[in-house]
Amino acid sequence: MKSVKKMLELKNICFSVEESGKRKEILRDLSLKIDNGKFIVITGPNGSGKSTLARLIMGIEKPTSGQIFFEGEDVTALSITERAQKGISFAFQQPVRFKGIRVIDLLKLSAGKELGVGDACAYLSEVGLCARDYINREINSSLSGGELKRIEIATLLARKTKLSVFDEPEAGIDLWSFQNLIRIFEKMRSEIRDSSIVIISHQERILRIADEILLLSEGTIKKRGSVNDVLPELIGTTAAVDACDRLR
Amino acid sequence: MLNLDDIQKAMLEEVADISDVPQGAYNFRVNSKLAGRHTTDRIDISSKPDGSGIDIFIKPGTKGESVHIPVVVSASGIKETVYNDFYIGDDCDVVIVAGCGIHNCGEHDSQHDGIHRFYVGKNSKIKYVEKHYGEGDGNGKRILNPQTEVYMEDGSSMEMEMEQIKGVDSTERTTIAELKAGAKLVVKERLMTHGSQTAVSGYKVSLNGEGSTADVVSRSVARDTSSQTFNACIAGNAPCSGHTECDSIIMDSGKILAIPSLEANNVDAMLVHEAAIGKIAGDQLIKLMTLGLTEAQAEEQIIKGFLR
Repeated sequence: MKSVKKMLELKNICFSVEESGKRKEILRDLSLKIDNGKFIVITGPNGSGKSTLARLIMGIEKPTSGQIFFEGEDVTALSITERAQKGISFAFQQPVRFKGIRVIDLLKLSAGKELGVGDACAYLSEVGLCARDYINREINSSLSGGELKRIEIATLLARKTKLSVFDEPEAGIDLWSFQNLIRIFEKMRSEIRDSSIVIISHQERILRIADEILLLSEGTIKKRGSVNDVLPELIGTTAAVDACDRLR
Repeated sequence: MLNLDDIQKAMLEEVADISDVPQGAYNFRVNSKLAGRHTTDRIDISSKPDGSGIDIFIKPGTKGESVHIPVVVSASGIKETVYNDFYIGDDCDVVIVAGCGIHNCGEHDSQHDGIHRFYVGKNSKIKYVEKHYGEGDGNGKRILNPQTEVYMEDGSSMEMEMEQIKGVDSTERTTIAELKAGAKLVVKERLMTHGSQTAVSGYKVSLNGEGSTADVVSRSVARDTSSQTFNACIAGNAPCSGHTECDSIIMDSGKILAIPSLEANNVDAMLVHEAAIGKIAGDQLIKLMTLGLTEAQAEEQIIKGFLR
């Protein structure tokens, strides 16, 4: 039997910020392990610390205390760049815009090598964008939220890292793009090989794809289990909204 | 190929992307002397009688041809002012490539002040590319003060790409343009200063004819202790439309002064200006670092894209 290796481990993570002279705890003594080959969705009410958790994994934020291990190695003190080079990638909740940098440039930087137009097109097609229309577009404000989101996902496809972290991929996109997004994640789920995916999301449709759901509340993991174990009690709360709730 | 040394050849490649003798008409000026000239049936180049520069005559109806007039200064201590006048007939469609490279390894300042005047005939379409570049490790300064004047007849259009990315210690550039009815001017300026360089760029565009349009866009980066001044004025003297934009990245202890201005002298003149100066956004750096780039590499990519 193939031994399951640990992909990611967080040990006793605390994270607090100073807010109008007071210490505010965002994450409290949070510990979790994620195995190789898993598709994990982390959910929870607004302000529960989900995005902070994702940013801590990438190294964008540093924990107040606690340790982060990636493939058994303590990466707590490593920079964003070092973690990226070791095999962690991150999709922003609000993708960054650049003046002058084109889609093809960002895909090349993501792949870390010269990329043929054919390869670049394959990544774009994967996220439902017609490559011919987008490859030379600048990643600036002429792109819609949905387009930016899909390009952001394409950059992660081009990176092909061991661990991919998506921070609320559904935020800021229209319903039509959302349907496509679900298809992209379903495909990723079915193709997962020697890698893991962590998605921060409130969306019931995304939660349903998960191998495991982690419920984050008040800075700690309140519950963890399969879709059948965790989802029923979340339905109707802000931790699992259906797509149409977004329109209300 | 012309009789040039390696430094001169490298400078030519920097400023005019020329690695061999170009197709079409050309005039190479190296250390204040004529280093090569070629004319065609439709494009004539002649030296001004007083030796102050050249006249370029492009016959009406000339299409698909190009003119290269690069200048290289590789000797220290040269100080020159050169007048190049372009007389472009009606209904032309040509590409003009200028540019000046200064290589100064000596103790004395090298300075080239190029004054380019364009008389663009009716319905002619011109693409003008100008690159300025400096290098050399001497104490002598590399100074370029280009002056460009554009006089556009009815229905003509001109697209100008002006770039100065590296190595010019001091520059003061002035561009003036006067447009008649239906004429169209597009300017794309790219400027980067570093060290203790100074750059001043001023535009005065007069939209004199009905339906004339101008779009003047400058992107610049000021690094180290360098300083820049961008001063663009578009005057609408007829029913016309004009837009000017100055977008700058400031780094280290750089300084940038942007003064976009508009002058409407006709009730149907539609004029817009925009200016933005700021440092590189933190989230842009973070995004590129999440792709495995170091902070310095991320910075370089952001600037490269911005100045594209």
